[in-house]
Amino acid sequence: MHYSGLSLVKQALTGNRGWTRAWRNPDPKKQYDVIIIGGGGHGLATAYYLAKLHGITNVAVLEKGYVGGGNTGRNTTIIRSNYMLNANSQFYEHSMKLWEGLSQDLNYNVMFSQRGILNLIHTDAQRDAFARRGNAMLLNGVDAVMHDAEGVKKLMPHLDFSQNTRFPIQGGLAQPRGGTARHDAVAWGYARGADQLGVDIIQQCEVTGIKRDGDKVLGVETSRGFIGAGQVGVAVAGNSSKVFDMVGMKLPIESHVLQAFVTEGIKPLVDTVCTFGAGHFYISQSDKGGLVFGGDLDGYNTYAQRGNLPTFNHVVAGGVTMMPCLSRLRVLRQWGGVMDMSMDGSPIIGKTAIDNLYMNGGWCYGGFKATPGSGWVFADTIANDKPHNLNKDFTLERFREGYPLDENGAGASPNAH
Amino acid sequence: MLRIECPWCGVRNEDEFSYGGDATLERPSDDDSIEAWSRFVHTRKNPAGKHTEHWQHVNGCRAWIVVERNTLTHEIYSTAPASPILPAGKKSTRGLNT
Repeated sequence: MHYSGLSLVKQALTGNRGWTRAWRNPDPKKQYDVIIIGGGGHGLATAYYLAKLHGITNVAVLEKGYVGGGNTGRNTTIIRSNYMLNANSQFYEHSMKLWEGLSQDLNYNVMFSQRGILNLIHTDAQRDAFARRGNAMLLNGVDAVMHDAEGVKKLMPHLDFSQNTRFPIQGGLAQPRGGTARHDAVAWGYARGADQLGVDIIQQCEVTGIKRDGDKVLGVETSRGFIGAGQVGVAVAGNSSKVFDMVGMKLPIESHVLQAFVTEGIKPLVDTVCTFGAGHFYISQSDKGGLVFGGDLDGYNTYAQRGNLPTFNHVVAGGVTMMPCLSRLRVLRQWGGVMDMSMDGSPIIGKTAIDNLYMNGGWCYGGFKATPGSGWVFADTIANDKPHNLNKDFTLERFREGYPLDENGAGASPNAH
Repeated sequence: MLRIECPWCGVRNEDEFSYGGDATLERPSDDDSIEAWSRFVHTRKNPAGKHTEHWQHVNGCRAWIVVERNTLTHEIYSTAPASPILPAGKKSTRGLNT
């Protein structure tokens, strides 16, 4: 069913009884050309682009829970492409361009809102670093604007601009094309789009093993029986280590929990995404009025989708320092998502040591904004059995070979990026 | 809130500690292969379940300790001083005073 103004009017006049399911609920077939493990945004986007751009429609997406129930539904929905290193900058900008046409492409409103993102500057050294990043962005064709404190005040008037605070605001680096989107709609839109092109989306189907014959994968063992596959793509960030353990592969990844929080709904206050530069805090406002914010990882290995109180205290302290008017708001909801923290802070997308097994993971806490680009390059990699130019640097081998994509210059560390 | 028992100071809140990661990694010898070194620096078991890990009681006695903790439930099974984790007869290769 095509969604349009006309379909809305037609349904309104007929009592809204004609809406159909957005996607089917098929039983798994015995064999597929391609199986994607993981029915989050990345896996669904991969299936969608495999069918749409590469004509590969005999595809199943296997999801252990429900579509978009993992990190796709557990983030702060921020979208940006303000990276410095070429590989990251070009990949995330490609993703940004896909975001800009996504609602039309999917015929599904993902509520992409380019309200901009603003990174605050508090020290001279930080201004130098941000100017360098901004210039690198401009050279890669990405939009970037440097603001002084007056410029920041126009964008975010209710920040603490006093000179008495420990790290006064000196300015900010903005990417006006950044913004937010409705995270669930992204998963649903890709699921519907892939389904319409013939992809089977199979929920409540947990992969429990990967069957191999030497260096070739034959298919996957699941909670609903064995399913054969010509190629298998894994897009399960948060649980990559668990899935690759099934084939005896160890990854440069630790799983950590990142918390996010939403306040009670208030009138419009924050009309951009804003990040604190003297601590780790980021905030935006949802269309329902709740302020959505987050900060640091809890900092220890965990697969539990919940965090602890010390991190909450730390995040809120940062937020209230940046924006004192937050102090009397009540937090309504809090959740945790399990992050694939890679050793250099950048993702891993490409081939593995096993011929027809492909990896898409290591997204750290930046996977949501990458969803369209990630699916796009992963589909291309699977269809052509070689990485696309945009993901050729995101290999597993880069760590051993000494070519990490360490945006922060923090060294080999899973929780410092 | 994790409640971690420091072997020297007793049970304390997690915010007195800082996390040091997987405690089962063994440092290769200086002339070991690139592969061995890359495994040590980059690769982690990252188990879902029991994990043996280092913590430092950084806002307390500053000692490093080894904690066995469940990464699914956050249950802590045991804590011990960090030094005896080395197999018997094996000399520590960490730090300058070896």
